[in-house]
Amino acid sequence: MDRSEENFITNFVHIKRNEILLNGKSILSFRSEMEFNQFLKESYKGLELNYPKYHKMDSLCKLGILATSVLLKDQKVDIETALVISNASSSIDIDRKHHQAMDGIVSPAIFVYTLPNIVLGEISIKYKLQSENAFFIEDRFNAELLTNYSEVLLSSKKASSVVCGWIELKNDEYDVFLCLISTKGEIRFSKENLEELYRFKNE
Amino acid sequence: MTNIFLQEDSIISPLGFTTSENIQAIKEKRSGLKFHENSRSTKGGFYSGIIDPQFLAAQFTVIGNPLNYTKLEQMMLLAAHRVLKDNPKIDLETTVLIISSTKGNIDLLDDPQDFPEDRVSLNLLANVIQSFFGFKQKPIIVSNACISGGLAVTIAKRFIQAGKFSSALVVAGDLVSDFVISGFQSFQALSNSPCKPFSKNRNGINLGEAAAAILINSSSINNLNVALIGDATANDANHISGPSRTGEGLLKSIQSALKDAKLSASEIDYLSAHGTATVFNDEMEAVAFNRAGLAEVPVNSFKAFYGHTLGASALIETILTKHSLLNNELYPSLNFEELGVSKPINVIEEFEERELQFALKTASGFGGSNLAMVLKKLRNG
Repeated sequence: MDRSEENFITNFVHIKRNEILLNGKSILSFRSEMEFNQFLKESYKGLELNYPKYHKMDSLCKLGILATSVLLKDQKVDIETALVISNASSSIDIDRKHHQAMDGIVSPAIFVYTLPNIVLGEISIKYKLQSENAFFIEDRFNAELLTNYSEVLLSSKKASSVVCGWIELKNDEYDVFLCLISTKGEIRFSKENLEELYRFKNE
Repeated sequence: MTNIFLQEDSIISPLGFTTSENIQAIKEKRSGLKFHENSRSTKGGFYSGIIDPQFLAAQFTVIGNPLNYTKLEQMMLLAAHRVLKDNPKIDLETTVLIISSTKGNIDLLDDPQDFPEDRVSLNLLANVIQSFFGFKQKPIIVSNACISGGLAVTIAKRFIQAGKFSSALVVAGDLVSDFVISGFQSFQALSNSPCKPFSKNRNGINLGEAAAAILINSSSINNLNVALIGDATANDANHISGPSRTGEGLLKSIQSALKDAKLSASEIDYLSAHGTATVFNDEMEAVAFNRAGLAEVPVNSFKAFYGHTLGASALIETILTKHSLLNNELYPSLNFEELGVSKPINVIEEFEERELQFALKTASGFGGSNLAMVLKKLRNG
């Protein structure tokens, strides 16, 4: 393959157990007892996001914004950067909140988040990406599907680069792993490498 | 590049349990929308497209015990069964099942019936369908708001073209649930009467439930075939629930799909719009269609027949578009009155026979998602 067409895992981010890591290095961590909502607040402050819309979002979107803020910081983000994201529990966290509200007053500000792909919308708005989107549901992290679909988008020139990965949230338990795939980097983009990087913080 | 064809299909809806029953109803302008009582409404109920559960269970008995499956599962299993039954040669070892749904069995949150709590998950829904028929490959599940059903077809095409697998069965479905009704009601997006896409006095959507299935592969077995020759998604990057006023994402997806198909807008013979009948959606579509040079192309919305069937809608409309091309028929946009969008579009008011070759299917949804697909009719040999 022509090297100019080869794709790399340019950057990767993990968010797990009250810690945010970029390329395997911890950039923010909090004591393990900290509650999930507090972690979302403290992380926003710690990363100096200055993006007030964040506070209106549901937790799944907040995780997506935290992760992409770290992943794409100092990167020149091409407008043709596709978003290929997956999880196991869809939007169940906010679904349960909407469901609880159904006995009384239902809020459109909650209901609008009851779809897993809303996180793609929030990321697209923040980074002005009018690009290809897909949200997949999988029972567990599926490196093969993410790699295959990202490769299809890249090789067919439907995307110049891809943010792909996993944003899972259920019962305040979360697991986030996102990668930026582009022609820059050292780690070749393959399902084996994607799997290994995902496992790095999940063993 | 290999042509990817839209093969055998089925639709399970209030209009009928086969594609031909659905098309017959559409030709006769018979809507599946009826007034259904619901205590959430100040008017005592809503117009919606609901499948009678007893009728469904009776139909389902032919292939399984309805007590073991949720309403949505029965609908989706029946849709898949119709396609598999007519294609005994489908190889379950290699064919990939692709599931499209926005909310799946979300009604189980309210009333779990006798099902385990995790039956609400989309993974379980896919597993039920996979194991019912014995598909060997792991299913792919797409949940991307109201473009899901079309996106699933697009994903099948892209994977087959890339050689990742040789054929796919796309199965889509969603229910009318209190979960979704209460949400759209809080947005004041529900119409109190049968919806009127693109009309001046349109005032919102009706919800509908349906399932559909289609086989997708690269073998042109019929005399006439419909291929998916161009496709693109694009995010508005504007608002998560409101459509872009300039139609930015939809315009971009249309332009990209046309470029992919190596066609110009003037070559499109028919446009199947999303047309939900909310004030903002239909206006956005009209703006995007005008900017794309599609103002004169005959266009319809099927929402006044089905209501908005969420994750099923774009698949059902793709199937109907396929049959429009094969039959050389333009289907009416039901309940259209006076044009009520700021840019001219050419809404189909009456059934018409006309030679058709190229069609464009579009869809838009929450999260700023937009999809465009170009379909082409090809004669074999």
